[in-house]
Amino acid sequence: MNDNGRLIAIGGSSGSLDPMMKILGLLRPGFSIPIIIIMHRGADSDDSLAQVLQSRTKLAVKDAEEKEPIKPGFVYTAPADYHVLVENDHSLSLDVSEKVNYSRPSIDVTFESAALVYRDKLTCIILSGANADGALSGAYAEELGAGILVQDPATAGVSFMPERALAVLKNAKVLTVEKIAVWLNELQ
Amino acid sequence: MTGNFRLEQAELEELLNLLVEKYGYDFTLYSRASLYRRIMSAAVRGKFSDFASLKLRLATDPAYFYSFVEEVTVNVTEMFRDPQFYKALREKIIPILATYPLIRIWHAGCSTGEEVYSMAILLKEAGLLHKSILYATDLNQSVIESARSGIFNIGSMQRNSENYIASGGKADFSTYYRANYNLVKFDESLSARMVFSMHNLVSDASFNEFQLIMCRNVLIYFEKPLQSKVLELFDKSMDTLGFLALGSKESLKFSTIAPLYSAVDVKEKIWRRKK
Repeated sequence: MNDNGRLIAIGGSSGSLDPMMKILGLLRPGFSIPIIIIMHRGADSDDSLAQVLQSRTKLAVKDAEEKEPIKPGFVYTAPADYHVLVENDHSLSLDVSEKVNYSRPSIDVTFESAALVYRDKLTCIILSGANADGALSGAYAEELGAGILVQDPATAGVSFMPERALAVLKNAKVLTVEKIAVWLNELQ
Repeated sequence: MTGNFRLEQAELEELLNLLVEKYGYDFTLYSRASLYRRIMSAAVRGKFSDFASLKLRLATDPAYFYSFVEEVTVNVTEMFRDPQFYKALREKIIPILATYPLIRIWHAGCSTGEEVYSMAILLKEAGLLHKSILYATDLNQSVIESARSGIFNIGSMQRNSENYIASGGKADFSTYYRANYNLVKFDESLSARMVFSMHNLVSDASFNEFQLIMCRNVLIYFEKPLQSKVLELFDKSMDTLGFLALGSKESLKFSTIAPLYSAVDVKEKIWRRKK
């Protein structure tokens, strides 16, 4: 499988489950760029997010495990109550340090560390949410060459998160969920 | 990360080497992504404008070095964290520990002590605290002092109490501490059975044998070779048929000691040493 050494990181908070499922469902067969999903939820949630997402895609969806190599064709969900970081050797690591933006997992933590490793091979996506998570790290990732897609606030269940991101991003593409999927399909 | 400088990879390695040479604290086998992020946060908080000034301060100011280590290592914890894990301890492990004349438990990487106090409460409720010794170690002196004091913020007590109940606790959690303004102090009958000391898992040796070693959410910060080394240290410190408990995302899988242990509770990450 050819993923061109790319990585996709998708961050979402309230109102983002539906768009996440839609995007995964619209990826074309054979899509193999690895995806990390950071979705805010309660600390006590189990791994059902991965199961829910799995119902919409043929890609393999699983909770990220520590020191796990990032592999093409996989969708990794940030486990409840853990931050997910990306190591130089393209493996994942977990961290239970302080919440960031009141969140663990935090989108900022994953975007930042993924951008340091993947640079212009990284695409970050910011979806619906009532939180500023993903905005500053999105801007940082942008500086390092990453492409940023933001769900059109007019179409987001909760527009605050896309709006906060757009306030600090310089070159973000504002797209509907369907267009985000089209964009990703063309990346490969 | 805004405004401040960004540490280059080579500078990070230079800094880590300095800490080994000057202070004997070896972070070179810590997972880089988390370590980098925490060092950058410490640098931002310390208002350093470039790498040279951070390095100079660390090289010349031991007091700053120790506070830096505390910032860089993760000290986030809560009582009865992952209540189901404590439930498993209550139901599966404590009844076996009860058969020993003296119960020795090691909390490796005890941070501010929440887990040690949780364990003491479990033992007390099982009527075993009087014959138990809880050894609690960490590489940060200041968190050990904090743990030893038994003093915690009152703000975290609601969450702790909820966890306690979810773990199967039947008492009124507030009977274990006395509140004073915004602080609480845990009962001294709990801390009387605790021994606190500094211990660095990277460089210090085994110091006793234990029936239970708890090291939760510490190994995730280490690279694989260091994880193996620390697991071997635990194995050396393990009593015959002793138990090892790791964090919910940690595993013995693929480690050199894995064949020596059988799983007691796969989900709650509890293993037992084979004969």
